[in-house]
Amino acid sequence: MKDTPKIALDGVKKRFGSKVVLDGVTLNIAKGESLVVIGGSGTGKSVLLKCILGLLKPEEGSIHIDGENTLTRSGKSRREQMARFGMLFQGAALFDSLPVWENVAFGLMKAHGVKRKDARDIALEKLGRVGLSEDVGALFPDELSGGMKKRVGLARAIAADPDIIFFDEPTTGLDPIMSDIINDLIVESVRDLGATTITITHDMASARKIAHSIAMLHKGQIIWQGSQDDVDNSGNAYVEQFIHGRAEGPIKMAVRKG
Amino acid sequence: MNFFAIIGRFTLNALAALGRLTLFAGQALGHLARPPFFIRNISQQILTIGYFSLPVVGLTALFTGAALAQQIYVGSARFNAESTMAAVVVIAIVRELGPVLGGLMVAGRVSSAMAAEIGTMRVTEQIDALVTLSTDPYKYLVVPRLIAGVITLPFLVAVANIIGVFGGFLVATQRLGFNAGNYLSVTMNFLEATDIVSSLVKAAVFGFIIALMGSYHGYHSSGGAQGVGRATTDAVVSAFILILLANLIITIMVFGS
Repeated sequence: MKDTPKIALDGVKKRFGSKVVLDGVTLNIAKGESLVVIGGSGTGKSVLLKCILGLLKPEEGSIHIDGENTLTRSGKSRREQMARFGMLFQGAALFDSLPVWENVAFGLMKAHGVKRKDARDIALEKLGRVGLSEDVGALFPDELSGGMKKRVGLARAIAADPDIIFFDEPTTGLDPIMSDIINDLIVESVRDLGATTITITHDMASARKIAHSIAMLHKGQIIWQGSQDDVDNSGNAYVEQFIHGRAEGPIKMAVRKG
Repeated sequence: MNFFAIIGRFTLNALAALGRLTLFAGQALGHLARPPFFIRNISQQILTIGYFSLPVVGLTALFTGAALAQQIYVGSARFNAESTMAAVVVIAIVRELGPVLGGLMVAGRVSSAMAAEIGTMRVTEQIDALVTLSTDPYKYLVVPRLIAGVITLPFLVAVANIIGVFGGFLVATQRLGFNAGNYLSVTMNFLEATDIVSSLVKAAVFGFIIALMGSYHGYHSSGGAQGVGRATTDAVVSAFILILLANLIITIMVFGS
């Protein structure tokens, strides 16, 4: 019998007004797999992630996690599911009003009922895992550089040892060295946790380092999916143009957002 | 564009906004009675709304009470009715000026700050982050502000009333030659329990409006810095208008018959 995919999307459609952003996305992600979704800006990558996370509700299609339909969940059941997720936001999305350690410990205290002192110890341990010292725990997010914020965001994403982690443009806005450090941390964290991950990015160096498999989203549809090793021989003109960053090709970049 | 189309679009947009606001308020109120309660957030908001608004509310009340006393003295002198000044000052301050000016000053200071803070959290995905950390943004952000607004404004307005009356007292005794004992005696005799209760009820309603408008506009802001700026302006303007409207309704309900 075939294993149930960890995450399964079937015909997911999402529109904003008359603009169709996701146009029937179908994807299966196995347990422990690291899927990277690539695609140009405005192709619906973030919307896809938010639909899986439950931040947006698609108009059509289904999203199953461990075989359970997530779209019919609400209230406590939804929060319980959310507690199994970790998410690294593009801009880290750290809470300005809280010190770094409390940002990392937030989910532990609110979703998992861990006592404040214990949560602080775990947070400091997770900060150490992403290469940040205990001193950083006492700082506030606006005292951190972009790279440090991403590290804190990563520490927050892995704080509760989630079994599914989402990464939204993890290397955007970082210099190449810091990007590589973040990529290494992601690979290490995921390997240690054995988590299933979905990363959206347009940074091919990042995709090559993080991914087991790669899917390309274009105009709201998955136009190619394969293993990381196959991406250079995809035989798909869209993928070819994207991974080589050519201006000429079938992809015409939208000037306007959405 | 067709004139009727413009009116139709305006009406539909206004009704849609009213619907969104009603749903938002309903959702927030639905969370009021259900745990978890974020006590730290409530305390922090009480401090922000109440304690830090005291100077601006106090000074507004002091200057208004003083100016009011001067004007009433000049007006009433035409009818040889200067002795009514203390009564008019206390009634005007407690029934209307204390709650309304206090509410407007706090709205200007607090609604805008709430909209800016929550709006920034919205555009920087911090509200999405709250959801992914299994925390309801209504409970964590909106409910503490509503509770703090409703609890704090009556205290602020009570202080504003006292300081406003004191402003009138200062002008009356130091500038216009009134006897301090007589002035206070008239003030106490003319002040009724209904005046105080209506003043505090108005304050609680204004506190709810201030927190609701700040939270609502911040929560629904979009479009980066410009969107947050627009949310801030909308929060203050809508809070001002709703405070004045609510004041009129409560005044008619309490004193209209």
